[in-house]
Amino acid sequence: MNKLQNFRKNFNPTSIPLRKEMLTLSEEILKKNDFPTTKNEKWKYTRLGKLSRLSLEKSKDTSTIKKSSEKISEEAITIEIINGFVNTISDLPKGLIIKSLKDCSKKELAFLGENIHLENEVFHCLNSLYIQDGIYIEIEKDTKLKEEIHIVYNNLSINTFNPTRLYINSKSFSEANIVELFKSDGAENSFVNPVNEAVIHENAKLSITKIQNEEGNNFHIGSDTIYQKKDSFFKCNTITLKGQFIRNNIYVNINGTNCETHLNGAYLMDGKQHVDNQTKIDHFTPNCESHELYKGILDEKATAIFNGKVIVHPDAQKINAFQSNANVLISDDANVNSKPELEIYADDVKCSHGSTTGQLDENAIYYLRSRGISKRKAQAIVSQAFIKDVFSHIDSESSLSYIFKTLEKQHNWEFLD
Amino acid sequence: MAGYTEDELKEDLKQQDYKFGFVSDIESDKIQKGLNEDVIRLISSKKEEPNWLLEYRLKAFQIWKEMTEPNWAHIKYKKPEFQDIAYYSAPKQTKKYESWDDVDPEMKETMKKLGISMEEQKRLTGTAVDFVMDSVSVATSFKDKLNELGIIFCSFSEAVKEHPKLVKKYLGTVVPATDNFYAALNSAVFSDGSFCYIPKGVRCPMELSTYFRINEGGTGQFERTLVIADESSYVSYLEGCTAPQRDENQLHAAIVELIALDEAEIKYSTVQNWYPGDKNGVGGIYNFVTKRGMCHTRSKISWTQVETGSAITWKYPSCVLRGDYSIGEFYSVAVTNNYQQADTGSKMIHLGKGTKSTIISKGISSGKSHNSYRGLVQINKRAKNARNFTQCDSLLMTDTCGAHTFPYIECKNSSAQIEHEATTSKIGEDQLFYCQQRGLSEEKAIGLIVNGYCKEVLDKMPMEFAVEARKLLTLSLENSVG
Amino acid sequence: MLSIKNLHAKIEDKEILKGLNLEVKPGEVHAIMGPNGSGKSTLSSVIAGHEDYEITEGEIIYQGKLINEEAVEDRAREGIFLAFQYPIEIPGVSNINFLRAALNEIRQSKGEKDISAKEFMQRVRDKSKLVDLDQSLASRSVNEGFSGGEKKRNEIFQMAMLEPTLAILDETDSGLDIDALKVVAKGVNALKTKDNSTIVITHYQRLLDYIVPDFVHVLFDGKIVKSGDKSLALELEEKGYDWIKEINVPSL
Ligand SMILES: Nc1ncnc2c1ncn2[C@@H]1O[C@H](COP(=O)(O)OP(=O)(O)O)[C@@H](O)[C@H]1O
Ligand SMILES: [Mg+2]
Repeated sequence: MNKLQNFRKNFNPTSIPLRKEMLTLSEEILKKNDFPTTKNEKWKYTRLGKLSRLSLEKSKDTSTIKKSSEKISEEAITIEIINGFVNTISDLPKGLIIKSLKDCSKKELAFLGENIHLENEVFHCLNSLYIQDGIYIEIEKDTKLKEEIHIVYNNLSINTFNPTRLYINSKSFSEANIVELFKSDGAENSFVNPVNEAVIHENAKLSITKIQNEEGNNFHIGSDTIYQKKDSFFKCNTITLKGQFIRNNIYVNINGTNCETHLNGAYLMDGKQHVDNQTKIDHFTPNCESHELYKGILDEKATAIFNGKVIVHPDAQKINAFQSNANVLISDDANVNSKPELEIYADDVKCSHGSTTGQLDENAIYYLRSRGISKRKAQAIVSQAFIKDVFSHIDSESSLSYIFKTLEKQHNWEFLD
Repeated sequence: MAGYTEDELKEDLKQQDYKFGFVSDIESDKIQKGLNEDVIRLISSKKEEPNWLLEYRLKAFQIWKEMTEPNWAHIKYKKPEFQDIAYYSAPKQTKKYESWDDVDPEMKETMKKLGISMEEQKRLTGTAVDFVMDSVSVATSFKDKLNELGIIFCSFSEAVKEHPKLVKKYLGTVVPATDNFYAALNSAVFSDGSFCYIPKGVRCPMELSTYFRINEGGTGQFERTLVIADESSYVSYLEGCTAPQRDENQLHAAIVELIALDEAEIKYSTVQNWYPGDKNGVGGIYNFVTKRGMCHTRSKISWTQVETGSAITWKYPSCVLRGDYSIGEFYSVAVTNNYQQADTGSKMIHLGKGTKSTIISKGISSGKSHNSYRGLVQINKRAKNARNFTQCDSLLMTDTCGAHTFPYIECKNSSAQIEHEATTSKIGEDQLFYCQQRGLSEEKAIGLIVNGYCKEVLDKMPMEFAVEARKLLTLSLENSVG
Repeated sequence: MLSIKNLHAKIEDKEILKGLNLEVKPGEVHAIMGPNGSGKSTLSSVIAGHEDYEITEGEIIYQGKLINEEAVEDRAREGIFLAFQYPIEIPGVSNINFLRAALNEIRQSKGEKDISAKEFMQRVRDKSKLVDLDQSLASRSVNEGFSGGEKKRNEIFQMAMLEPTLAILDETDSGLDIDALKVVAKGVNALKTKDNSTIVITHYQRLLDYIVPDFVHVLFDGKIVKSGDKSLALELEEKGYDWIKEINVPSL
């Protein structure tokens, strides 16, 4: 038995009535595969040895547990998910449907997984086959949500596997701002595997901000697959504040003209933390633009990976695609691997990428110190200046203040403006 | 830009097809197709090699047999049938050339057609030339002058005989047989190539140059170049390549090893113009080459290449910056047209303190071709204060071609400064209009814009080479705007 | 020299020139003025032969020949020169090489021999002096890293080198200070002969103090709505473009 088969031997398949073919295909793929190794380009810099050696159980239903996690805001529509199970959903305004996958009809579940790629994606297969619970969100046509939707994932368990699924259906001309907060209060050796899929219909706007602030020695491998239709807008901000092992995959398929896509990310890691951001933007249609900005600060023995791929397919003319990755290394033991890639099969395009790795601006730090600011604080100020332009893409005020508060606590940062 | 006139360019533009695609009628000594230990022994004995070299070959062959062909490069092709290649083909000439006059007239004619008439080279440019045809080095000029300075510049076979110590000491130290599939193959079957040694403190007063040509059908060319620049020496080395037009795909799997000892400098320039196949993608050379330099303390290796030929190019001239404060540079122009595929770039491995590297890559894709940049910048733990700057630009001429960029940036030291920039865009329509408004034809305008786009790289080439490269660029982009 | 009759032109389905007439005789200087977006640059691009613009109606006759369908480089070789409102940068291509290639192509099209290197360099020296262009700019890449003023001067330098029959200067004056303006005007005036003509497109009257036009036309909404002599420019300056809009309203 290979590692993957051994890993999943205790898991029983999902009880949610998902599409049969999807489950069969997932099982088939899992059967003939193993955990990817570093020979696989997509996993070149992230080793799965430790994860594969864990002996995990699926977590027990926690929907009856009364535990209130920290919230980002009182005003937002909040969904709490504990150990992968939907716990509470607050009252909903008009034009918005949110329900647990467990409460969805078979018909409603029929399109789940439609856009999720299974071949060569064992973590998509694991998720599909073993989904415990998840949520379905539909923003109805013409609905411009004033309130933000906050999803708080809290992982409390030890030695469990928590696969969850989020399906977002942004109907035409709708607008929504979703914040996902990932926490783990007291969890150890657990593996969270959130898989999101979103369909953004014509003229719809969707923004997602992910805040990852996970304590303990846990594993997080998540993915977002986005399908954009004509004239739509998508933005995703991935802010990693803490996490022992985090892997984020974002796949955006742009399938209509005149779309706009923004992927931003910030990571501030220390200790032996590991963060791996993988993005892939497929431009299938002409006249679109995509922007990517990922920045990170690495201290102590932390490791960061950025692998961004932009593919402009044949006939997708007049594409503007920009990609940028910048890293600051604070300590000698920190590592960074950056791999920004462009694959262009059309000619009337403007694409560029940049990647830099360096240090904090020593002159700026010196200047601040000469004005009487301590070295640590000066470093914090210059770090802030470096990473701030990523934060400026976050529309949610409450999320920003949560991020600032956390950084103040974790890194002694002080936010002046 | 002396020496290159508009007239010359115009003349060249008339010549639409591959200019060097003639077959020379030279009788050759070609061994049976196929590869096994006996073939290797045969090659080795034909070359009267010492035992250690035969052992080296046999060991490499064992390694090769265990390996599988790489397929990670962004290229699609029919894999060569390794048993269907003749691994040795030498122009038939039993005795060694004593002087230039002994050279077969037919071969002299070939060289002339290539534009490298040796008498002229001797007289005019003061460049020493080694000419390698179908694997065997046939003539090396200017030997006496170089001898005086203690510079060794000769065919690889000759070096094995005359300077075995040097060859044995350095062969395979930069590119071991285990490095990759084609390196292993070359190490087993390499036939000839050039060898160069510059003694301590000597500045080689002339450009050393090798011309490689594949003439015989059904053969592969596996040459081996070894350049050693001893402490504080300097050499500029030029390499030019051509092959005749044939319908079959011919394999070229060479190894170039450069060693720059302390404070030495090696400048290695290539104009590669192997037959790229015809307009429908039939024929052409498979160019799978391993080029790498080892830089010792405060030394510098600079690779400059203009690549317009080959059906498939798979090539990453690299520098191992082992010595502190050593410098590696890579300047490249790669043009692909019709069905050509190129996967090329550089690797800069920073091991020493204060090491610096620069990569400038310009890709131009046209027709239905694919042009990829693949590069690795690796800063290792000990490489304090290492610097890298990489810029790769791609220019697209048609909507049926592809341009791809795959950089790998790996940093394990906090004091490193790494900058990578890449852009991909279409040839500027406003630029074309501007030029045409001034009376230039579209073709001319493209030639001008493309040459301007590549200027940073062309400027790094020795003068005569740059002229040739400019002409090639214009030639290979004929009728290319879609 | 140039005769434009009922010219209609569009770009991306937007009609910009809507029935324009213009008659330019040898030796004449015409000024075309008009508010932003009225179609001045469009007119110059259409005369030069930019392929993005489609002529839907009307004729452009140059030296007695209908040139509606002629390629841009052929028009250039026949002596039409456009000084671009926004000169294009061509990295890596030196001004000198660029001009030599252009000059020789023009000569070849007339069956003339290429200019000798010596004669060419002499001409570069003479002409760059004429427009006070720093010699070093002549050998830099075409317009790359030039300031706005240097780009404009470079356009006039190129004009001097190529000696066109019909020169169209598209807002060559905008962004120039008075001194630079004088230099540009000096260049243009020095190149004037009884056989060649100039069309000066400008937004402001001040250039016309230095390049004195024989005729002034006002372009508005794709048509020439008023023509006159130099005094029209002064009137326009005084009353502003709104005045034109007003007098133009009834005809709409
Ligand atoms: N490429 C284009 N596509 C669409 N409209 C254009 C384009 N170029 C110019 N226009 C439009 O044509 C009109 C005239 O422009 P232009 O000729 O540049 O005016 P002027 O030079 O008088 O300021 C403007 O309304 C402008 O927006
Ligand atoms: Mg204008």
